[in-house]
Amino acid sequence: MKPAPFDYVRPGTLAEACELLAADEDARVIAGGQTLVPMLAMRLARPARLIDVLRLPELSGIREDNGAIVVGATTRQANALDNPLIRASVPLLALALPWVGHPPTRNRGTIGGSVANADPSAEIPLVAVTLGAEIEAASPDGPISTPADDFFLGAMLTTIGVGECLSAIRFPVWTHKRIGVGFHEISARRSDFAFVSAAAQIALDDDGRCLDAALGLGGVGDRPIKLDVAALIGGRLDAKSLTDAVAAATTDLEATDDLHASAAYRRRVAVTLCTRALQDACDRANGAEVRGAAR
Amino acid sequence: MKIDLDINGAPRSCDVEPRTTLLDALRDNFLLTGTHAGCEHGVCGACTVLLDGEPVRSCLMLAVQADGYAITTIEGVATSPGELSVIQDAFCETHGMQCGYCTPGMILTAQALLDRSHDISREDIVEAISGNICRCTGYGQIIEAVQFAADRLKKSNAPRGHKLGTATDVGEHDAPLEGVLEAAEADAPGKGPTT
Ligand SMILES: Cc1cc2nc3c(=O)[nH]c(=O)nc-3n(C[C@@H](O)[C@H](O)[C@H](O)COP(=O)(O)OP(=O)(O)OC[C@H]3O[C@@H](n4cnc5c(N)ncnc54)[C@H](O)[C@@H]3O)c2cc1C
Ligand code: FES
Ligand code: FES
Repeated sequence: MKPAPFDYVRPGTLAEACELLAADEDARVIAGGQTLVPMLAMRLARPARLIDVLRLPELSGIREDNGAIVVGATTRQANALDNPLIRASVPLLALALPWVGHPPTRNRGTIGGSVANADPSAEIPLVAVTLGAEIEAASPDGPISTPADDFFLGAMLTTIGVGECLSAIRFPVWTHKRIGVGFHEISARRSDFAFVSAAAQIALDDDGRCLDAALGLGGVGDRPIKLDVAALIGGRLDAKSLTDAVAAATTDLEATDDLHASAAYRRRVAVTLCTRALQDACDRANGAEVRGAAR
Repeated sequence: MKIDLDINGAPRSCDVEPRTTLLDALRDNFLLTGTHAGCEHGVCGACTVLLDGEPVRSCLMLAVQADGYAITTIEGVATSPGELSVIQDAFCETHGMQCGYCTPGMILTAQALLDRSHDISREDIVEAISGNICRCTGYGQIIEAVQFAADRLKKSNAPRGHKLGTATDVGEHDAPLEGVLEAAEADAPGKGPTT
């Protein structure tokens, strides 16, 4: 359980980090290390050199920019969870973050590290896909921006290439007056990776009519997916319309079968969790207290 | 690589291979064996230390990544050698441990929680220790211990982060310089009840 030897470099600038990554195919970024260090210890990863990006000033911080909240890649999950800008403008991320590991792993684990790692049941990638975030990376040829939907290619597989370093995630901000969010997941133990997780965001007008709706699912396949719930827009939301929308969106849902859960179980749970997440989002948009949902 | 750390209030440095975890550096280079190695892949919390006051898993951090940071280990929570902190005392009194393997991690996690606030609910405690596995005591007494410590700290009427006047033997025994409470100070040699 000890890592194989490697070099360690702490570059001073993002450009330098990209140069180092471009110069050596066996070099790898390390951020919070909450996933990479155990992989090194189990020798599932054997990079020749680690490029530590955690202290690069260009990669940290949370700011508002042009209708979006831009979260620097090395922003720690614990800091994002405490951040007033995120609570106010990306409430779905704030709701999902307590499900990511435990307080000590959130003190080190970064937002960008979780996205770059692309675990199919990770919560932050799910929120990024559900909200249609943009994933920004630096490369020797300049910045690259990729929609979250295209960024995740499969389990632990993204569009990040040699020489590229994820720099920020740009979460779009919904400007509607009444917004509600919902998040549910099922896992074996508190804070373990989810078998299935569902995230929802809903906007209502003053009369309670749906202005916009987004729904995403994690853990069912090899990457988080966005479900089509456009049918909800323009109508009034009640238990029936939500159930119908989820049924329609999940008719040909493909789920993975593994040691932890069968595909049939995942599909069944997915439908339930999607409905619950949407229902919570509606209740919150209507100003109701959502019981038992806080973590 | 040479790294400089501030361990339990004293500047320390050592030379480590990049692959050395902070856990191994603490135990092997600094002989601070109170930090326990359980799973060594982030699941059990036995290796928890405070990094700039926040709990982290020392097995999931390379020692080279910790360069420049302040680390608190279980050796650094008591006021002086041979003494116990309020939280350690609470664990003793409520039987918050059996074999004690998980205990350093539990104490440091509780310490960070109580450094933030003494007004904590049972849920806050459960959330804080959710990443620490105990295989023998069960969590009932541990939660009770943290509640008990919170209660004592609240009633101790001491300013938080109160500095002990003189800690002459700091570097040598890794006793902390700050974060010590008056209640604990009362227990310090010469100040406690005479028996
Ligand atoms: C006990 C435990 C429980 C956990 N539970 C959960 C959970 O329930 N849900 C969840 O989502 N996660 C969970 N995690 C993982 C989570 O804590 C990590 O934060 C996250 O997956 C990785 O983030 P990191 O910053 O630590 O990245 P690292 O471990 O440093 O890196 C992870 C990967 O991403 C790459 N990478 C990191 N940053 C960049 C960058 N800027 N550019 C390019 N590549 C980069 C690395 O090369 C590596 O391949 C858990 C971890 C532990 C130890
Ligand atoms: S030894 Fe570090 S978490 Fe188990
Ligand atoms: S007291 Fe033995 S593991 Fe917790």
